[in-house]
Amino acid sequence: MSALLEVDGISVSFDGFRAINNLSFSIGPAELRAVIGPNGAGKTTFMDIVTGKTRPDKGDVTWGTPPKSLLRLNEAQIAREGIGRKFQRPTVFEDQTVAENLTMALKASRNPFAVLGWRPSRASAARVAELASEVGLAAQVARKAGELSHGQKQWLEIGMLLASAPRLLLVDEPAAGMTLAEREQTTALLVRLAETRAVVVVEHDMDFVRRLNCKVTVLHQGAVLAEGSLDHVTRNPDVIDVYLGR
Amino acid sequence: MTPQPFILRNPSILVVLAVLAVFTVAVTLLSQAYGSGVIPTSTVKVLGKTLCLALAAIAMDLVWGYLGILSLGQMAFFALGGYLIGQWLMYARTETIVAASLAQNPIPPTPAELQEGVANQIFGVVGSADLPLVWSSAHSLPLQLLLVVAVPGLLALVFGWLAFRSRVNGVYLSILTQAMTLALALWLFQNDSGFRGNNGLSGLQNIPGLEAVDQARLSVWFLWGSALALALAYVLAAWLVSGKFGSVVGAIRDDETRVRFLGYPVEGFKLVVFTLAAMITAIAGALYYPQAGIINPAELMPIASIYLAVWVAIGGRGRLYGAIIGAVVVSLLSSWFTGGRAPAVHLPGYTINWVDWWQVALGIGFVLVTLFAPKGIAGVVDRIGPPRSPSPEHHAKEAKA
Repeated sequence: MSALLEVDGISVSFDGFRAINNLSFSIGPAELRAVIGPNGAGKTTFMDIVTGKTRPDKGDVTWGTPPKSLLRLNEAQIAREGIGRKFQRPTVFEDQTVAENLTMALKASRNPFAVLGWRPSRASAARVAELASEVGLAAQVARKAGELSHGQKQWLEIGMLLASAPRLLLVDEPAAGMTLAEREQTTALLVRLAETRAVVVVEHDMDFVRRLNCKVTVLHQGAVLAEGSLDHVTRNPDVIDVYLGR
Repeated sequence: MTPQPFILRNPSILVVLAVLAVFTVAVTLLSQAYGSGVIPTSTVKVLGKTLCLALAAIAMDLVWGYLGILSLGQMAFFALGGYLIGQWLMYARTETIVAASLAQNPIPPTPAELQEGVANQIFGVVGSADLPLVWSSAHSLPLQLLLVVAVPGLLALVFGWLAFRSRVNGVYLSILTQAMTLALALWLFQNDSGFRGNNGLSGLQNIPGLEAVDQARLSVWFLWGSALALALAYVLAAWLVSGKFGSVVGAIRDDETRVRFLGYPVEGFKLVVFTLAAMITAIAGALYYPQAGIINPAELMPIASIYLAVWVAIGGRGRLYGAIIGAVVVSLLSSWFTGGRAPAVHLPGYTINWVDWWQVALGIGFVLVTLFAPKGIAGVVDRIGPPRSPSPEHHAKEAKA
């Protein structure tokens, strides 16, 4: 099975600080992976590089089969390739309704003129309704996203990611600010999503990672420190030293 | 869910069109040319020009209120539209005059002689007798009309492409737009720019081929033309900001990074709106200056574009009718207060002379609106009247009740 995303020896420095140092990483087409590491380990920078926000100084990021470099694409092009990103802080468009938020995220041409000519169809309306009920916002479709609670915004953002049907989903600290019940729901959703696509979860919270029950990559100082099952990496003395020991 | 026609989903469009129609008919019936004559021709011209300013304000609202770019160079497009239509107006009229005077010669003038005569007449004032290259199509009305939208559109496209591609945003972008209009003004101020330097173009109120029509009637015709352009642009703008395109544009204003991660080419959307707005503004200028009669480079100074932003802010940005209200109310008040007809206020020891103090009052008004009514006059309208366009919250409340 060839990899969906292959990160090969990337490095990036900001003002002399090496945020990512010769990092290699690979994920298959239907896999759940947790990325953990202390603050400043380069987790977010790693996501920024994959999604095109930051360009690495060295190395390559390839995608799909046949492998195609993502480094020459901008954020929007990478998103159109099928890489979705969920931010740590829920970012939905607060001035627009839940339905409008979901409609924008639906898979469709992103060309400005195509968008100008786009009209809602029975199928698109049905899809929006379906997504809204999937994330528990069926009663809120006509409300502005800004009026939703923090948790509801998180769910709306997840709904938007589902709408765009990405092949790789990057999720930044999904458990932050969630109640226990919401965490369980989120875990179940991520596990289910990973059956049909690749999901990378960046997380601080070890309990949450344990629940995901998947392969774990530990980052430290911009490089991979250990990789394997959670039990495997937690036994690694280097990992205990830099992360878990504190 | 069968989608309704978008005009029915936006009742504000019908209200605006109805108000505009009633206004146009009323002015026509009170004009000197077609009615009782209560409204003098000069006032008809002021009202017609005000409609053009409202048209420019709608374009400004698209760029600022909806897309989130505080462009302080919009009036560059407005003045360019004026200059480009002014070239034809001035050339064609001068050509008629020169042809008439040369007709007395025993030998009929050659086209080259005719052109030389016209060039002498137009450019004598800046000490030149050659027709500059930029006037090569000035003889043709269709070509100049094409240029009225093409030149500002192209300028906006190139400027926007350079600025948006480098992700210049916020106040830096505002400064860039201001620099653009200032640079254009300084260039036009030069005598060898080919646009008669600080003299500008004049006599634009005389329409070649319509010498038999007096100004009283012409002013009403231009009012009709301006009202029609405003109505069409309003419907176009309302259509543009409704639906998914409008959602994406509003989303770019609120968080463009997030829009990029949804896969939308943000720069493309900005270019479409910015270029279209430049074209609408240019059409507004092309309708304005034949009513004003004269255009010079001072019209492109940044202050004009800042006024436009102030009107839209006071009227209520992010609402198309707010832009119209702001432009109409503030520009009419401005001309009343600075026209010397506003009664001075006599305080003990000081007399407030509105010609001097209007700018101060406008500035205070702007600050007050920004602080206490960020949605402008339109926001106040929304609060006291029934909402013109049922908002989503409204639906939600109804659904709960």
